[in-house]
Amino acid sequence: MNPDLDRYEGVIGLEVHAEMLTASKIFCGCSAAFGAPPNDNTCPVCLGMPGVLPVLNRRVVEFAVRAGLAIDCRIARRNRWARKNYFYPDLCKGYQISQFELPICEGGYLDIHVDETTKRVHLTRIHMEEDTGKNIHDAHGDSSLVDFNRSGVPLLEIVSEPEMSSPAEAGAYLRKLRTLVQYLGICDGNMEEGSFRCDANVSVRLRGATELGVKVEVKNMNSFRAVEKAIAFELERQADTLDDGGHLVQETRLWDADREETRSMRSKESAHDYRYFPDPDLPPIILSEDFIETIRRALPELPDARRERFVSAFGLPAYDAEVLTSRRDLAEYFEAVVAAHGNAKAASNWIMGDIIRLIHERKLDDAPIITDWPVPAANLAALIALIDEGTISGKIAKTVFEEMLTSDESPRAIVERKGLVQMSDESAIQAVIDEVLAASPDKVAEYRGGKEKLQGFFVGQVMKATGGKANPPLVNKLLMAKLKA
Amino acid sequence: MTTPLHDLTLAEASARLRDGSVSSEDLTEAALARIAATDETWHSFITVSADEARATARAIDAQRQSGAAAGVLAGIPIAVKDVIATAGIRTTAASKLLEDFVPPYDATVTTRLKNAGAVIIGKANCDEFAMGSSNENSAYGPTRNPWDPTRVPGGSSGGSATAIAGRQAYGSLGTDTGGSIRLPAAYCGVVGMKPTYGRVSRYGVIAYASSLDQVGPFGRTVEDCARMLGVIAGHDPRDSTSVDRPVPDYHAALGGDAAGLRIGVPKEYFIDGMQPAVEGAVRAALDTLGGLGATTSDVSLPHTSYAVACYYILATAEASSNLGRYDGIRYGARQAADDGLASLYRNTRALGFGPEVKRRIMLGTYALSAGYYDAYYLKAQKVRTLIRQDFDRVFADVDVLATPVAPTTAFRLAEKTSDPLAMYLVDVFTNPASLAGLPAIVVPCGRDEAGMPIGLQLIGPPFGEELVLRAAHAFEQATSWHRERPPEPAGAAA
Amino acid sequence: MKIGPDDIRTVARLARLNLTPEEEASMVTTLDAILTYMETLNALDTTDIEPTAHIIDLETPWRADEVTNEANTEALLANAPARDGNHFRVPKIID
Ligand SMILES: [Zn+2]
Repeated sequence: MNPDLDRYEGVIGLEVHAEMLTASKIFCGCSAAFGAPPNDNTCPVCLGMPGVLPVLNRRVVEFAVRAGLAIDCRIARRNRWARKNYFYPDLCKGYQISQFELPICEGGYLDIHVDETTKRVHLTRIHMEEDTGKNIHDAHGDSSLVDFNRSGVPLLEIVSEPEMSSPAEAGAYLRKLRTLVQYLGICDGNMEEGSFRCDANVSVRLRGATELGVKVEVKNMNSFRAVEKAIAFELERQADTLDDGGHLVQETRLWDADREETRSMRSKESAHDYRYFPDPDLPPIILSEDFIETIRRALPELPDARRERFVSAFGLPAYDAEVLTSRRDLAEYFEAVVAAHGNAKAASNWIMGDIIRLIHERKLDDAPIITDWPVPAANLAALIALIDEGTISGKIAKTVFEEMLTSDESPRAIVERKGLVQMSDESAIQAVIDEVLAASPDKVAEYRGGKEKLQGFFVGQVMKATGGKANPPLVNKLLMAKLKA
Repeated sequence: MTTPLHDLTLAEASARLRDGSVSSEDLTEAALARIAATDETWHSFITVSADEARATARAIDAQRQSGAAAGVLAGIPIAVKDVIATAGIRTTAASKLLEDFVPPYDATVTTRLKNAGAVIIGKANCDEFAMGSSNENSAYGPTRNPWDPTRVPGGSSGGSATAIAGRQAYGSLGTDTGGSIRLPAAYCGVVGMKPTYGRVSRYGVIAYASSLDQVGPFGRTVEDCARMLGVIAGHDPRDSTSVDRPVPDYHAALGGDAAGLRIGVPKEYFIDGMQPAVEGAVRAALDTLGGLGATTSDVSLPHTSYAVACYYILATAEASSNLGRYDGIRYGARQAADDGLASLYRNTRALGFGPEVKRRIMLGTYALSAGYYDAYYLKAQKVRTLIRQDFDRVFADVDVLATPVAPTTAFRLAEKTSDPLAMYLVDVFTNPASLAGLPAIVVPCGRDEAGMPIGLQLIGPPFGEELVLRAAHAFEQATSWHRERPPEPAGAAA
Repeated sequence: MKIGPDDIRTVARLARLNLTPEEEASMVTTLDAILTYMETLNALDTTDIEPTAHIIDLETPWRADEVTNEANTEALLANAPARDGNHFRVPKIID
């Protein structure tokens, strides 16, 4: 770390925009699905044509309340819509329907774990708003193109207090938040496709100072790594600037992932005046206790609770439980394996080892929901069962696992086809042992003379002679009996 | 002597259609001929949808011959203000910016007219984006008052009023934000009605000030308005501010008498500088209503004089936001972007909008901007509360309020165009009911020394449409002002 | 003066309106008169008065989360001043 940063501390707040997993848009009946041809998912409402009016999608409110309850926010029984006025080609009405002074959720917190310590990061607010369309740059020399398929897709804006001080804390907060919205089923959490976006408000101040420094808003980061790198860059830039006697300006800067630096936005309209006012087209939102309680009762098990259950019910180490619950799909995969075959510790070991390694290798870490697991949960469970019942050894299991990656066959079928069934017939093993010992009379003598570590040599010879199929505990037992005889 | 077809009221035309003595095609041709003969002078229409109208008329006639049930307005030529979207027929909002805009959707009121069998004869002229009190702000040229073409018809729904006064259509729709139906109705000597806010859907009605805009009917008689209101009123799931409550049978409310009606007369509506003929006609109308069994009493609405300031802050603030969508990207006349993207916006809006629209956008933007929001916008929202409370109080004691519509009769073209504030003050008696969201009707109640019509405004409590219709109908049945007609324009075939 | 030429230029920029020098001058005069008139509201004490944003007492109604629109792209793009296939085309956007 830059030595300058020792004198300064970072002050970081994050604003996350999560696109909600609704079927239709927030204020019209257009599909909110990704991937349609340009402007196919549009209508007069989400194109902002003259005279048209918004009608609210109920599920948007449900999702916002679900998030608010999961994060321990205060849910505003009466909240309302506001118009945020500005001009941009992807904004079809000249204003965005959002919430301003009366958002649906306020307060709440997330506990994050960094360097063995737990830190509580408070939230300012959560509010609902509509997404804008998409400007496509550089398509043709002198023009840009606009696609309104995303215009009106519902967003949840989740704003933290400026309580994080390092890129690692920001990363931990963001991962925790993504895990949560995925658990809640309200957002797929895909940063690359832009359904989970993050802007960072970054400033530095002398360590111990209480006043906040000049705040810079950093945008255009489309992965967790980018957020961490951009914040690290920005903290250092600000510290360097101050140390060089320079002045910081309040501005918006864009993260350039190729050059790994932030740069000031060129557009002159930096001083925004959004002229928020209550949207006259939408009366206030009134939430009944009944509505809120129904959502509370239907909340799924949240990551923290699930982690604790994995420790208490399955006896897993805290670290394993943390990793396995870091994604809802991963936790569900684990539970599916255990449901099919009850050896939780073995399931955890396989997933923490081979499965996660393969997820990394296949670059599935940032996938919103992993569906193409390296092997189906039922097959992983069957493999563990084969070990537990003594049909194969752990070593053979690795071979079978590799085979499973390219084959649809069940582990048992693979074992049978390749003749990998463990040899547990005492007399057959005894015969092999006899052959091995007979072939190395000098080594047997040495062993009996006290060189006991030669036992490994004999085991290896037996395994080699049986193609690895001999049951290892049985080999050991019979070998000892013979040598000590 | 037989009445020319264009001289029939909507109710009379309906009766003739039912008894088979005329066809919708006859009525439509009569209306088109009348427009052809007179609109050069009055300029009630921006677009005449002759082909569509003829096709609809023929279809309705065929339906009627085959015995199919006919809607309330079946076969009746109706004019629609050009801020109301009509699928496939250009809808300009009287703005140059929307000169070629053809909406791919109907406003809900358009759909309701069509479902009732109406023949949409054309798109009525108005002030650009419904912003104005004289109809002089149309990018397509002003509409002129049929009673005296040197005078304005009132705005912003001027063309919708002149189409009725000039017998160019049997009924029309306008919109009223701060008086835009009532003022032209008064100036042109016809009946016009603004329903309670939320009674009629705003979907597809090009927004001026969303918390105030309402669609309403114009007709030659109260009965004609009641019929049209019954068609356009009702809950619309596409308008979140539309109210879900049953639509009464407005026609049944027209009992023809005023016995027992308690009429309040707010003293703040009779002000210094008012044209004596206007006050005289309204006072006389009160006597007439008294003679019909109504009781009248003086009441006070103490915040009346603040309504214009309050209205013009709120309406322009909302307008500045509502008109943000006109950027020349998805529709509308785009101007050359000589200096990149920012100039696309600046030029499109500078050349597409007329002076009054620009003024209101500027005013509204200012009222919402940082540092001024509390002093202007929030203050006006609070004053709106006081104005509503005034009405709440008096409606505890009276059924309807009777007032003049404007301090004077129709003024001359260009008389007020250089003084926007003077133009705004024309709305002094119509803005309060707008701010309070109340239903109000205007019926003709006299003429001044120059022969210009004077209107009587009857304001009801929220959803009190039946009360104001009943009072207006009783007055109308006892008088003959609604039967008077403007002179034929020079050169027009009578 | 409630409003001067500088304010007018700032507001015009916010509202994306190009004003000619004549328009600017006339805007100063007329808006100043109008804003001065609006000051009359200050005669009212509104300390404890709730602002009215909606004149009728309604809640935002909700619709079910259902896709009810089908693609109607050609009709919706028919009014576009400039297109590129099924995209709207605008002058180059510079961030
Ligand atoms: Zn849509």
